[in-house]
Amino acid sequence: MAERVGVYVCHCGSNIAGMVDVEEVARWAGANLKDVVVARDYKFMCSSLGQAMIEEDIKKEGLTRVVVAACSPHLHEKTFRRACENAGLNPYLCQMTNIREHVSWVSKDRAKATEKARALVAAAVERVKHQAPLEPFFVKVNPATLVIGGGIAGLQATLELADAGYPVYLVERTPSIGGHMAQFDKTFPTLDCSACILTPKMSEAGQHPNVTLFTYAEVEEVSGSVGHFRVKIRKKARYVEEDKCTGCGICVEKCPRKVVDHDFEAGLGYRKAIYTPFPQAVPRIPVIDVESCIWFERQKCRACEKLCPTGAINFDQKDEEITLDVGNIIVATGWKMFDCKKIPQYGYGRLANVFTALEFERMCNAAGPTGGKIVLRDGKTEPQSVAIIHCVGSRDSNHNEYCSGICCMAALKFGHLVLEKTKAEVYSFYIDMRTNQKGYEEFYHRLLEEGMHFVRGKVAEVTDAARRPEEAGKLIIQVEDTLMGKQRRIPVDMVILMGALEPQADAKELGLKLGISCSMAGWYTERHPKLDPVATMTDGIFVAGVCQGPKDIPASVAQGAAAAARVMAMITKGDVMIEPVVASIIEEKCSGCRICNNLCPYNAIEYDAEKQVSRVITAMCKGCGTCVAACPAGAITGAHFSNEQVFAEIEGILWDAVHGNGGAGVKEGQPVSA
Amino acid sequence: MANDTFEPKIVGFLCNWCSYRAADLAGTARIKYSPNVRIIRVMCSGRVDPTFVLKALALGADGVMIAGCHPGECHYIEQNYKAMRRYYMLKHMLRALGLEEDRIRLVWASAAEGQQLAEHIDKFVEDVRKLGPLNWPANWQENGERLHAVEAIAKEHEESLEVLP
Repeated sequence: MAERVGVYVCHCGSNIAGMVDVEEVARWAGANLKDVVVARDYKFMCSSLGQAMIEEDIKKEGLTRVVVAACSPHLHEKTFRRACENAGLNPYLCQMTNIREHVSWVSKDRAKATEKARALVAAAVERVKHQAPLEPFFVKVNPATLVIGGGIAGLQATLELADAGYPVYLVERTPSIGGHMAQFDKTFPTLDCSACILTPKMSEAGQHPNVTLFTYAEVEEVSGSVGHFRVKIRKKARYVEEDKCTGCGICVEKCPRKVVDHDFEAGLGYRKAIYTPFPQAVPRIPVIDVESCIWFERQKCRACEKLCPTGAINFDQKDEEITLDVGNIIVATGWKMFDCKKIPQYGYGRLANVFTALEFERMCNAAGPTGGKIVLRDGKTEPQSVAIIHCVGSRDSNHNEYCSGICCMAALKFGHLVLEKTKAEVYSFYIDMRTNQKGYEEFYHRLLEEGMHFVRGKVAEVTDAARRPEEAGKLIIQVEDTLMGKQRRIPVDMVILMGALEPQADAKELGLKLGISCSMAGWYTERHPKLDPVATMTDGIFVAGVCQGPKDIPASVAQGAAAAARVMAMITKGDVMIEPVVASIIEEKCSGCRICNNLCPYNAIEYDAEKQVSRVITAMCKGCGTCVAACPAGAITGAHFSNEQVFAEIEGILWDAVHGNGGAGVKEGQPVSA
Repeated sequence: MANDTFEPKIVGFLCNWCSYRAADLAGTARIKYSPNVRIIRVMCSGRVDPTFVLKALALGADGVMIAGCHPGECHYIEQNYKAMRRYYMLKHMLRALGLEEDRIRLVWASAAEGQQLAEHIDKFVEDVRKLGPLNWPANWQENGERLHAVEAIAKEHEESLEVLP
């Protein structure tokens, strides 16, 4: 039986009608396209009257297929699918074609735009006739959630979910939760003590009955999909038994091996071979660093084992693999700092008194290696002048093009701390001052008043080669002051490099495990940059904090809470609808060649060795269609994007080429579709 | 045989997540570009079966554009790489068929690159315009026998795949 197709062409006020002769398109479709029984144009198809028109036609005219030529399906596909469903027509028998974004808004010539719109309508009509009714399916959502990363964003997400009464697994790579925020002294612009506002959250997460912490652990493998992920994590051996350790710290005290701490102290301080990264660490269970422990080096010592009052040290401990079942995953893996050695002209690593921003954070911190004193590398001399260089590795086409977002404010904060703690002159070398959040501009003005010097210009070089007597023994900043329009040489004692925030080195690798993508810069890609900033293209996986892009603490906290809210919505609803756009394999046609098995990025195709055929695991299939295109036997069909549907669409879209001039007489003559 | 009145017909296969959205963005930003490319949405550039491209050329398209997410940004992780492999295979196949390989083009456009996509489209349309009409269907009709032979092979292939009940 022939299908009965209704075609609805939208004016969108004058948005479409201004460039496309919509009445003509509708008339033409009704007169020329086979099986079209109704063709109408209307001012606003998406209005309730427009929808009612479609619904009425479905009922009265017995339409079996609907084509709406209007805006992008990304805007209104759901609207028209719902209208069809209301009238008793399966929503997947409705096809939208985009004559606004793809035609009227991008064209200059009315005749050509109308011709293009006709081709797109013909394509949709041919395609829709081959569409099949589909039923979405539902999967239950496991109420447990995995949070990857125990920085402030991950902590916030964890606590929101745990407080709402849902179980959370928090996986953190380092021995303690807290993230970068734990390293900081003060936070801008309020100058709150970072530890004072962070540590309560840390201990709350550590003690919360709904939170299970896995520190010193990493995600190894992720399988499953939204509602029911299965995650394998590897808990690295601490060589300290967690249930026996009381966190007394005797082992750390007695350990004879001291090494430079490149992690928490950013290379500015020392730690023992057995250590907790910082005093407020959660959990307060130390870790033995295999790289530096004397026992692992030459099988001697074991002082910690001998002195531990509870016998918690266990040199035979092995890495442990743990499998978790969760419904949703929040990724909050944070950032690493740009390697300032990549810009050799700034002298980091060569000139002793050039520091990175993280080193300076530790230096300012009262619990840090210098006890909060701002001193030169020799550990005692107070600087008379300090230069802060902005945009080191960011806003730089040689390294990272993006603006790192937080460095201007952090530089102002550093300026304030130097002015507060020393008598030094402070210079800021900036390209543009970016202080665009609540209270930030005010903080900038405060620093102007406090007497920080601002020089607008990108620093060319930091050098110790003196040209003038007053430069002797100093670090000289060579810079073009773009406001004064001249070259300047400013001698200082200390230089701080505001290194860019960069994605974690293994962000891409984790992205592959999770099935989420990264931008060119390496930040995780959100579903929509404005309207869906914490969801990802993979259902059930959310991002929060800097791993999605540079941002400050308030924004990270907001994203952590937002991601948690999204997860809560999923848990509360209980089940999740899966679009039925998936692949399926016709077993009779499958030769068992297994080409598709390796192509699938989600491992959604399994091989049945007994029957010697491959099979799609529907719940894991995301519907990309790569296997459909690859199957040499044509045994795989992709629902809603089948070969027949796309072929028909190609025939329709080339309607004028297939049928010659305007396609006159096609209705009686040969059918358009094969 | 290129002439002034020749308007190339080009079919564009755009992935749902990046390049189709780039085309949407070009519209929202009112960026004007050549109306010769008609867009078909697929979920992923990896869905583009080489036969889609050949079918379009065989039905009268003068060129085919495939657009996907940038390498490393694919919504389906890495399926655009598969599209890229097929693209080179297709170019090879077109050469073997005696066609200009430049009648097909693969471009990357992220959802934020409406301007770039519009530029790609304009460039491609001009390049195909220089190549002139393909006229594949007409050539086929002239060579009716060849067409029948091709159809017979296709039918045979199909029958060999049929499974008897």
